[in-house]
Amino acid sequence: MLRLELIDISKQYPAVKANDRIRLRVEPGEIHAVLGENGAGKSTLMKIIYGAVEPDEGEMVWDGRQVQIRNPQEARALGIAMVFQHFSLFDTLTAAENVWLGLDKSWTLPRVTQRIAEVAREYGLDVDPLRPVHTLSVGERQRVEIVRALLTKPRLLILDEPTSVLTPQAVQALFATLRKLAAEGCSILYISHKLDEIRALCHKCTVMRGGKVTGEVDPRHETNASLSRLMIGAELPSLEHRQCTPGEQVLAVHALSLARTGAFGADLDAVSFEVRQGEILGMAGVSGNGQQELMAALSGEDERAPDDAIRLFGKPIGRHSPRRRRHEGLHFVPEERLGRGAVPSISLSQNTLLTRTEPVTPFGWISVRRTTALARHLIERYNVKAGGEQATARSLSGGNLQKFIVGREIDAHPRLLIVSQPTWGVDVGAAAQIRGALIALRDAGCAVLVVSEDLDELFEISDRLVVIAGGRVSPSVPAAQATREQIGQWMSGLWNPQEVAHAAA
Amino acid sequence: MLRLEARPSPSKAMSLLSPLIALVVTVLAGIALFALLGKDPSRGLAMFFVEPFRSAYSISEICVKATPLMLIGLGLAVCYRANVWNIGAEGQFVLGAIAGTWVALHASPASSHWIVVPILLAGVVGGMAWAAIVAFLRDKASASEILVSLMLVYVAYQLLNYLVYGAWKDPEGYNFPQTITFADPTKIPKLLAGLRVNVGFPIALVAVGVFWLFLFRVFGGFQMQVGGLAAAAARYAGFSSRRALWVALLSSGGMAGLAGALEVAGPVGQLTPYVPAGYGFAAIIVAFVGRLNPVGVLFSSLLMSLFYIGGELAQSRLGLPKSITNVFQGVLLFSLLASDTLIHYRVRWHAAHSAHPSKNA
Repeated sequence: MLRLELIDISKQYPAVKANDRIRLRVEPGEIHAVLGENGAGKSTLMKIIYGAVEPDEGEMVWDGRQVQIRNPQEARALGIAMVFQHFSLFDTLTAAENVWLGLDKSWTLPRVTQRIAEVAREYGLDVDPLRPVHTLSVGERQRVEIVRALLTKPRLLILDEPTSVLTPQAVQALFATLRKLAAEGCSILYISHKLDEIRALCHKCTVMRGGKVTGEVDPRHETNASLSRLMIGAELPSLEHRQCTPGEQVLAVHALSLARTGAFGADLDAVSFEVRQGEILGMAGVSGNGQQELMAALSGEDERAPDDAIRLFGKPIGRHSPRRRRHEGLHFVPEERLGRGAVPSISLSQNTLLTRTEPVTPFGWISVRRTTALARHLIERYNVKAGGEQATARSLSGGNLQKFIVGREIDAHPRLLIVSQPTWGVDVGAAAQIRGALIALRDAGCAVLVVSEDLDELFEISDRLVVIAGGRVSPSVPAAQATREQIGQWMSGLWNPQEVAHAAA
Repeated sequence: MLRLEARPSPSKAMSLLSPLIALVVTVLAGIALFALLGKDPSRGLAMFFVEPFRSAYSISEICVKATPLMLIGLGLAVCYRANVWNIGAEGQFVLGAIAGTWVALHASPASSHWIVVPILLAGVVGGMAWAAIVAFLRDKASASEILVSLMLVYVAYQLLNYLVYGAWKDPEGYNFPQTITFADPTKIPKLLAGLRVNVGFPIALVAVGVFWLFLFRVFGGFQMQVGGLAAAAARYAGFSSRRALWVALLSSGGMAGLAGALEVAGPVGQLTPYVPAGYGFAAIIVAFVGRLNPVGVLFSSLLMSLFYIGGELAQSRLGLPKSITNVFQGVLLFSLLASDTLIHYRVRWHAAHSAHPSKNA
């Protein structure tokens, strides 16, 4: 008997059919991948299973019985648990208190604490129930979420993009836990767009594209190419990455220390690195380790840096405004597209004016003709799918808006381009196009700094790699000589030989 | 069961229709109100929408009252687009009137008619100075501009009272709290003999054009609006939020001050405690009904002015209380805010059974 079967589930949203006659069959003890790009309808489907969204049509069969799940409480009562991509933990409470909040009232806090310790030991999840959540790393927070899910003894565990924030080592630890759970009979729905992981972990894979199921396969017998054909309808475009010939130094950051501005970031601690002409420097690291603070200091949004801690072509620029830095050749693509890289409610042509002043006359007049022409040029050159130059930024999909913003900065002929999370939440086709554009820019002699959580991406496009952890930046290593294990270890902050030896001891 | 459903994107048609829907709702509320007060609703509505257009005099009066509303509303539209919540235009209006008076009191019957220019400039400076206090406290002490600007209205009232009851009181005015009637050359030039409408009205029309250009064709105006729409995007672009704050408050303060000087040297002709007639607050409604767009402000200020004239007519001819004007203005703003919901949402009829699916489990 199947643990869960979905028959012809459909869900229509005002603008898009998110799920179109979806069929899904999950066996007991099976790790079942749901593979698809952003926007393929995976999240909607999971919310339907978890009772957070009501389907328009279709049937759901649980343990051979037809059911209707109207809310997450009913889902949990059936034995369905979910670990969301964005964690729902209170920063100021301890791990145990957070878990306690979600349980029914009969539990006492000491009993919860004890059960967490037991479950954590049983599944090899290293969690200290008494630590406040804000002191936990992202991987630790995820383990708290998983423990919270396991306390309810689930018979189906749903994980939404669980590895997007983990170091490679943490990914392996997670896989071991999931395999043990599955061996005990718990079914797992594993949502991802990472082909390697799915092939390594899952027994079955349902592939979705544009709200429809395009295949149900055994991923262990598939290749990345065959999976990607099902996922995007084409093979993943491969990038040509020629050897680079770095030129003169463009950006030099020297002993930059800066206190965090928010409560939960990281203080920058004597950060030093350089970027040269004609190379891509990749900066790996789990988010929240000082990337935000470093990006704000480099872009000029945070002008507190000592003037000579940041040098562009040898000139100190630490206190220059973002506009002045752009004038000097430094362009920046922030990780938040809507609200920072673009104003959501205004048109693409007006959005060009955020960083481009060519359409503005010396007397401060905006030439509407020239802003429109610039927007049209960017839309055509970077293949942005939009309802014209007058479409609002908000109306574009994430990938298309990102192509527009990256295009806007590349088209300005920067001498240094800094890009934060260039393909986060972007579909595979657009991601490949953006990476290709970054490499082309490098080949044209520009210095490029790419900050990303996606190790695959960094290994694909970088010439050298550094790691940011706990507000410190590691020494650089040529990408060709780096291994994922080494970078993963560095992501935990261990790049000093003595520290590594100490940690191993 | 009626349900609100989010639209995939905001409706452009609705954002233009919403003020009209609000006007219709206001008229319907007016009919109900007249009926409840025992008056013939058609006569009541005629006072507001027909009678004001029947004579050149009352048309001129519409323009007279629309002038300050338009000038102040334009400044506030810029302010609110920059996300700066100046609600103290009334106080800036009073300071403009005081500053204009100060210049006018220096004039004599022999002065040149050009004295009007320094009077108006003094008004602008007075309004700006009052708004600058707000900008300074927000800039240096992060004080809420909403509270500071509002409280400064009451300070301005007291300052006005101090002057008209004290230093500037007309010695031959039978102890009434008012200044002397200004010398003839200070009178704002009238457009037509016998009517009160003066050059303030064409000045306001020109201001509509200037503000439209500033908002939609000038880079500085664009930068200000980005700060109001998405502060992080403005920081990313490197647009100064301090500059936006100062420009917003100085321009709205200056416009309110100009309106104050035009009022005191125009229709009123002397400074009295009754110069602040609530235009500074009514202009907040004008700015929003006009969609924070200068051309919209042009129409909404005329509409609001119509309510003032209609209220006066309803008072004199139907014996209704004058506060009916405020009721109309209030209903208009409320129905506008309510109909604005339709820009982002649409109303859907859901049969009761489909909302609660039957239980199969």
